Amino acid sequence: MAKQPHATPLLDQLESGPWPSFVTGLKRLAQDKDYVVDLLGHLEHSYKTRKGYWKGGTVGVFGYGGGVIPRFTEIKDEKTGAPVFKDAAEFHTLRIMPPPGMHYDTATLRKFCDIWEKYGSGLIALHGQTGDIMLQGCTTENVQPAWDEINQMGFDMGGAGPSVRTGMSCVGAARCEQSCYDEGMAHQKIVNNFLDDIHRPALPYKFKFKFSGCGNDCMNAIQRSDMAVIGTWRDNMGTDEALARKWFAKHGMNELVNDVINMCPTRAIQLKDAAAVGQDAHISSVKVSDAQALEISNKDCVRCMHCINVMTGALAPGNDKGATILVGGHGHLKIGATLGTVVVPFMSLKQDEDYDKMVELAKNIVDFFAENALEHERIGEMIERIGLVNFVEGLGLEVDPNMVNCPRSNPYVRTDGWDEEVAKAAARKAA
Amino acid sequence: MAQPQMRKPVEYFLDNKKFLHPKLAANYGNWKYHDRPRPGVLHHVAKTGDEVWTVRAGTARQMDVFTIRKLCDIADRFAEGRVRFTIRSNIEYIVSEESKVGPLIAELERNGFPVGGTGNSVSMVAHTQGWLHCDIPGTDASGVVKSMMDALFEDFKNEEMPNRVRLSTSCCEINCGGQADIAVIIQHTKPPKINHDLVANVCERPTVVARCPVAAIRPALVNGKPSLEVDEKKCICCGACYPPCPPMQINDPEHSKLAIWVGGKNSNARSKPSFHKMVAAGLPNNAPRWPEVNAVVKNILMVYKADARPWERMADWIDRIGWPRFFEKTGLPFTKYMIDDWRGSRYNLNASAHVRF
Repeated sequence: MAKQPHATPLLDQLESGPWPSFVTGLKRLAQDKDYVVDLLGHLEHSYKTRKGYWKGGTVGVFGYGGGVIPRFTEIKDEKTGAPVFKDAAEFHTLRIMPPPGMHYDTATLRKFCDIWEKYGSGLIALHGQTGDIMLQGCTTENVQPAWDEINQMGFDMGGAGPSVRTGMSCVGAARCEQSCYDEGMAHQKIVNNFLDDIHRPALPYKFKFKFSGCGNDCMNAIQRSDMAVIGTWRDNMGTDEALARKWFAKHGMNELVNDVINMCPTRAIQLKDAAAVGQDAHISSVKVSDAQALEISNKDCVRCMHCINVMTGALAPGNDKGATILVGGHGHLKIGATLGTVVVPFMSLKQDEDYDKMVELAKNIVDFFAENALEHERIGEMIERIGLVNFVEGLGLEVDPNMVNCPRSNPYVRTDGWDEEVAKAAARKAA
Repeated sequence: MAQPQMRKPVEYFLDNKKFLHPKLAANYGNWKYHDRPRPGVLHHVAKTGDEVWTVRAGTARQMDVFTIRKLCDIADRFAEGRVRFTIRSNIEYIVSEESKVGPLIAELERNGFPVGGTGNSVSMVAHTQGWLHCDIPGTDASGVVKSMMDALFEDFKNEEMPNRVRLSTSCCEINCGGQADIAVIIQHTKPPKINHDLVANVCERPTVVARCPVAAIRPALVNGKPSLEVDEKKCICCGACYPPCPPMQINDPEHSKLAIWVGGKNSNARSKPSFHKMVAAGLPNNAPRWPEVNAVVKNILMVYKADARPWERMADWIDRIGWPRFFEKTGLPFTKYMIDDWRGSRYNLNASAHVRF
């Protein structure tokens, strides 16, 4: 039994309503732990005064420079300076890297619960916005023993501060027909190659990797990561006549026209008489009935995923699969939010060596970032400052029209290297 | 005296296939299609003919160990012991027999975990830490989300929206919640209040000066102590100076307001990914249930639901109807603060005779 709870009239109002309540969860923990009794008092104080009262500090584990988010209370007695909620005066979080795709067996989740009930508050966030398992609420004293048990059960700490951060990958190949590469393996290989940069913050600022298996980008990688690996394919879209006919029989012509054909952003899909579909090598076609077929011009398709989302299985990614790499997504900082931009339009991801090449690219990008970014500057901001061309040339990547929405629209550029660049373009074409 | 022996960490990352449901492991990379037999349930079919059913349920994200154990008990008794979590903190149970789906749903709902969040529903809000744990929060996260999801409960459990709806909340303007169809974000309206007694001891002043996006901060001597001053005419009240220098208090119980943004989209489907746009601000930070914010969110969602065509995300819908009609239909006031003046703003202005009447 824990001590008497504080009155929490404001938080109590978050126990009503049908959605699961975190307050009810905290109160259950507070039955056994003075720690959580005071945490509830602390949070109620924030609700009452509409302000936050945690400050950072320095808490870590032996051998690592990051991964623990320290929090010390700022609600102090005015005269004595003693914490008002003394049992929750320290409320640190341990960031633990989740498995790719966030799959678990129940034994593993139960082990986390047992460890966190023993050493921490018993509050776990599944998962934080960077993807970590967040074990929330631990005293300074208990951080090391809790970490020792977690590490020994087979998990490692995530990133914090100016470091490579915990990666995230979608469910992907494990349970999605739209997966264009092995997201879990890519995730695993990247993390294993950057462990030192994850655990020992030494970069200008944070660097995030996210892996989405297709353009639906379920990991929000283009927006939220410094290097986004987005699955795609470069041959023709796959089709399945049985599923296409089944879809059409269920949904009919209005939906086929309004929801599939008209919504293609590049007008790459046409409705044709089944007997009259084009025979070009870059055309995919599939009959939806004896009379009519869809004809898809793959040279016009941008792999946006819309028609595949609507007619899952009937239309599908092709066979020559890999990823588009974008760099520079981040949230609002100095220059405002930026989305990632394409630096590699297509990278094949089929063999082990392909994945090793992706890791090499990632290493080069992080090295360039470490050497060229200013302090507290994300790579997207750095690219805006130095220009995409300097970045791409620094990495030894070739320029490509897929990197831009359109060519430059202003004449303020020196072009005295024109002939050499034309020669390079010709050499690329010949290769 | 010798230091106690410290354990060196074992640095490694998990085998990416370690925790997969056996059916997922067996059909890795070999799936053919999926459908949704009912809201909250996905049915995936592999090229081998293998099938799995996934039941998705909402959680509070910030969970106590008793709740997590309850979710595990349900997995062991009504499913097959393997679960995964989505990016929006929904739990997914994977089963290899269709007959398990019904009893699993009943057990989840009996224990208060709503089944839904699939397809064209409103999924759980991506959110941040707020007052519970963050060092710079202007508001709470879990509480805002709880009150929002209470209001959107039926929209989570049913698939009645034109397309999927993704929400986020953020407790400061850094926007850790991320881009979303509808995002709720703190918007400070007053410059930071500086505690000049503390600046010299707590803050690395050049770092703070460098952090300001509009160069409004400069070093100053205040009451004989080295401190900082803010040009309040230039200040955009973004709060970027506050993390490196807590004595520059930006959070204010009254003047830290909430703003609503719409049309953010991460997917490449149809249109390219896009940022959300501000459509309302000045809403009070009204804990514990933020009714004013919820009213605006619910209103936008209901107008979208009634007016958008199938498969149109919020951004696609507004792209079709245009911003003047968005404001007309939602009844939200268009103010001068919605006209962008940040870098690149000219690209957000209408340089054409395309005008809607």
